Amino acid sequence: MRILIIEDDRDAAAYLVKAFREAGHIIDHAADGLTGYDLAHEGGYDVAIVDRMLPKMDGLSLIGALRAQKNETPVLILSALGQVDDRVKGLRAGGDDYLAKPYAFSELLARVEALARRRPKGAPEETVYRLGDLMLDRLSHKVTRAGEEIVLQPREFRLLEYLMQNAGKVVTRTMLLEHVWDYHFDPQTNVIDVHVSRLRAKIDRDFDAPMLQTVRGSGYMIRDVAR
Amino acid sequence: MTSLAKLFRATAFRLTLAILGLSAVGAGLVLGIVAWQVVKLVDEETSQTIEAEANGLAEQYEQGGIRKLGLVIEARSREPGATLYLLTNAAGEPLAGNIGQLPAGALDKVGFIDTPYQALDGTTHDRRALARIFALPSGFHLLVGHDLGDRARIGAVMVKAMAVSLIFFAGLAALGALFVARRVLSRIDAMNSSAHAIMAGDLAQRLPVSGSGDELDRLALGLNQMLARIGDLMAGLREVSDNIAHDLRTPLTRLRNHAEEALRADREKPEYKIALERTIEESDGLIRIFDALLMIARAEAGADRAGMSEIDVGAVVSGVAELYEPVVEEKGFHLTIDAAPGLKLIGNRELIGQAIANLIDNALKYGAAGVGSNNEVIVAARREGADVMIEVADHGPGVADADRARVFDRFVRLESARSRPGSGLGLSLAAAVARMHGGTVRLEDNAPGLRVLVALPAPKANA
Repeated sequence: MRILIIEDDRDAAAYLVKAFREAGHIIDHAADGLTGYDLAHEGGYDVAIVDRMLPKMDGLSLIGALRAQKNETPVLILSALGQVDDRVKGLRAGGDDYLAKPYAFSELLARVEALARRRPKGAPEETVYRLGDLMLDRLSHKVTRAGEEIVLQPREFRLLEYLMQNAGKVVTRTMLLEHVWDYHFDPQTNVIDVHVSRLRAKIDRDFDAPMLQTVRGSGYMIRDVAR
Repeated sequence: MTSLAKLFRATAFRLTLAILGLSAVGAGLVLGIVAWQVVKLVDEETSQTIEAEANGLAEQYEQGGIRKLGLVIEARSREPGATLYLLTNAAGEPLAGNIGQLPAGALDKVGFIDTPYQALDGTTHDRRALARIFALPSGFHLLVGHDLGDRARIGAVMVKAMAVSLIFFAGLAALGALFVARRVLSRIDAMNSSAHAIMAGDLAQRLPVSGSGDELDRLALGLNQMLARIGDLMAGLREVSDNIAHDLRTPLTRLRNHAEEALRADREKPEYKIALERTIEESDGLIRIFDALLMIARAEAGADRAGMSEIDVGAVVSGVAELYEPVVEEKGFHLTIDAAPGLKLIGNRELIGQAIANLIDNALKYGAAGVGSNNEVIVAARREGADVMIEVADHGPGVADADRARVFDRFVRLESARSRPGSGLGLSLAAAVARMHGGTVRLEDNAPGLRVLVALPAPKANA
């Protein structure tokens, strides 16, 4: 996919460009707010990664200007300001996601890919997610695998729902904490891992092909291994 | 600035001058009123005397007509005294009396007049008299009057008294102002020089207090208390930065060691990989410490209300507890959640959530009672009086009384905890979050174990 990186620090930008290219994406880079705005305004990007402190035009103003022009390109804000209220300000300004520096590239990649997959506004929502023989009905809250019903706790259901929404892609622990529990803090211990392993026990244990996989150093991914 | 100019610019000096000026005006006013009253009294008495004299003369006139009247007046005019007489005929010529000259037409008005005159004793200067004029039949006029010399003298005395007292007041004002200004100024100068010494870096210096308990003393005491508070805060800050420097050294050293170790000799590729992974792990740990410190600093600064909204504490407590439930159970604890619904207050959900998470994490790390015993973590939220109370309790070894205040300090880890992972920031953050919401955190004995109570004041409308 096409990604626009707006970042003034040359080293940080070079690292990002290289890492995203290695991950198979097409990258444009702008070193200041105005150039970045012009590029983003032309459109055609799946995601824009915007640093908050930029020369000529700061990140939040840039996003505000884009949104005022009805440009809905998904934007991830990358910032050295990482506290909860900074994040709230960033999202209020029109950002779609927020990541504090320093970050793990795997985290950034997972988030950027999740942003790009976002359903465009107004598109009908799927009510049933299917992945191989696993099926999740969002309306009746039923989960079946190979026709057998699996009973899940409400939170386990939302966990699986989010994983299936991003099927085939890496989902990090913080992404899960944010989307399933709506928390942005540091849980200190491996709380998410235990939740995931419980879910895994329910959906994978009695079947030969495990779907919920741990991606080392990144997070989790659900995919249909049978295919 | 010369010292005299400085003196004159002093508020105390000006104030004293103004007050003394005002009292001088007041004294003048009082003297003026007294003088006026005295003059009035003299006038009244004079007119009564004239009245009595006139009555006596009227009797003489009734008995012996104009002739007798003339004779009596002639006689009385010769007697010493301040009484004045004048009898004139129809042509206005004087027949008898002791008045030499009157202004023209003075006798035409009947009744009391206040008029200048000249005496018949050879003097030619103008005097003043209060007189009553009677018109008698056949064009005769009679004037009975009284010299006003006494009144003038009283007036003069009054004016002199006023002048003297004004001079006296002015002198007193100048002296008083000088004294007050000198006294106040010297103390303010002393305070000012102390302030400059403090600014120059002598933070132990305090403003002088005279001990009289006046306004300046109260001001100095207030400022000294402020200085003491600032001193405490600075000491705290210095301690925190020392701690930070010290406690970040340990993970930084480990980080450096891993990198160095990997470089020391030729190694296989997997070994480099492991070393790099450990380096990243250490730096992630450092980032978490920085984040926690920043979070504490932000919570302690308190002012930013961006993250504040109405939250249901019961829902936050049970949400976080539920997030930890699998971990709690995996570590062999039983989790009891007892959160009342509808505990609303204005707060920061993320920070309160983080505080609860830290407390549960602590209970898991340090709250184990031992093999085969009752390993339980209780997480509860309820209303207690005016507060919303969050409780996290365990049945572990607890915290000794002596350590209970200390554990809230940044980076403090008790001996028993040193061997386990952790930054020593968890309780500091919980305390900072509670303070930010106007609440407190206290530790209690759970007999056995530790009970952490976070009390957050709830809005009154909820009660």
